Amino acid sequence: MSKVRVLVGTHKGAFILTSDGKRKDWEVSGPFFAGWEIYHMKGSPVNPDRIYASQTSSWFGQVIQRSDDGGKTWAIPGGGQVPAPDPEPPKVSNKFVYDVSAETGKPLTTHQWYDGTQHPWEFKRVWHMEPSLTEADAVYAGVEDAALFRSTDGGASWHEFAGLRGHGTGPDWQPGAGGMCLHTVILDPGDPERIYIAISAAGAFRTDDGGKNWKPINRGLYSKYIPNPTAEVGHCVHHVAMSPSRPGVLFMQKHWHVMRSDDAGDNWTKVSGNLPTDFGFAIDVHAHEPETIYVVPIKSDSEHYPLDGKLRVFRSRTGGNEWEELSKGLPEKDSYVNVLRDAMAVDTLDDCGIYFGTTGGQVYVSPDGGDNWQPIVHNLPAVFSVEVQTLK
Amino acid sequence: MSAAENPPRTVRVEIPQHLRTLAQLTGELQLEVAEPVTLRSVLDALEARYPMLRGTIRDHVTLERRPFLRFFACEEDLSHQPRDAPLPDAVASGKEPLLIIGAIAGG
Repeated sequence: MSKVRVLVGTHKGAFILTSDGKRKDWEVSGPFFAGWEIYHMKGSPVNPDRIYASQTSSWFGQVIQRSDDGGKTWAIPGGGQVPAPDPEPPKVSNKFVYDVSAETGKPLTTHQWYDGTQHPWEFKRVWHMEPSLTEADAVYAGVEDAALFRSTDGGASWHEFAGLRGHGTGPDWQPGAGGMCLHTVILDPGDPERIYIAISAAGAFRTDDGGKNWKPINRGLYSKYIPNPTAEVGHCVHHVAMSPSRPGVLFMQKHWHVMRSDDAGDNWTKVSGNLPTDFGFAIDVHAHEPETIYVVPIKSDSEHYPLDGKLRVFRSRTGGNEWEELSKGLPEKDSYVNVLRDAMAVDTLDDCGIYFGTTGGQVYVSPDGGDNWQPIVHNLPAVFSVEVQTLK
Repeated sequence: MSAAENPPRTVRVEIPQHLRTLAQLTGELQLEVAEPVTLRSVLDALEARYPMLRGTIRDHVTLERRPFLRFFACEEDLSHQPRDAPLPDAVASGKEPLLIIGAIAGG
């Protein structure tokens, strides 16, 4: 019998929600890492019992946690052992140091600060963890200030892909309201050398050589809040989604505008269509219908809650432009929550389940592709991220 | 006798609840610290014994104190004193603990 395991990162800890394939009755476990901000958790597609978590705090910095038993127990990778004596340097799972080495690194430069001055790159936290599609010990981390790291030892040590930070356009990157974060990492299942990432506010980038070289892929984006609205970089991309069954077709929720690309990000087209507002954060693709996509429209960049207090998901079965409102089971009034960029996910059961969490602490599920919704939990801390594992 | 030949001192340290949880500790901890007893030597000893705390109190590279943490002892704020300055005798002798405090409560 199939099961689903929903990994929920919140402002004050992590929670794991489990159910059978009916997705009607749920068990809730947690909080794990109580009191800490859990920006993201994600399981390995190679070994679903291996789950990586980003635990962070303004006080104590970054901690990486890993479970090898499906979230029952957790440990800091390599962190519980006394360091080995020289010459082997100790592995430190929370040591995210930008690579400035002559061999593989790039000089530590500056990016644009909120006031327009230049500001040095400073590591703050891990926003997103993306386990490898082929190796359980390999995992990618998107961090603030924007950079991409990889671990090949189960999260015990990390190395930066400095070619991204050192692309040369860094002085034009700037932090969004949440910081200058690399929040989206998409691995191409058909090409292990191809990775897509997105940064707020720099835009989307792609590597075709395993992370050594990167190029901005923002042609077609229009952002009126930067001096040149069609600039190569500087766009506030909120999230990007891709169906694993159709690599190269990307969907983007930008600060404003929902976009799609059919050529691996080389060109983008606006597909906001009849959405009541095309501001938002989350976007995802149906597991079996690559032209069916989901967004949660948010009123505006200055009012981060649904229009008219009605929490609604919008679905397009045509890859954008034509959208239908999904509201059955969702609050019809007095809902003034937000749905953050990593807080929507889909399972891969035959009847695809859609999930999202809110800053009000609710996690909703639709076990039928969005037609009907029900809350799984009502009162968690503000939800930062939602990921789903489909377990056979 | 040189400082290196002196026996280590037993220093008492209190760390915030979240760090105690990470290190799987309860209550105050005691560390053997080589003389001279300074902020640097105490933190070196703390991180050597509890590697999971590396990076949570001071930066991995610069070894600077994380901004939201403070060091108190003997009713004094020692956060801004040089990291190699001797700590008060009362701390070095174990009479008083070194307090590592989260600077801002709540949130």
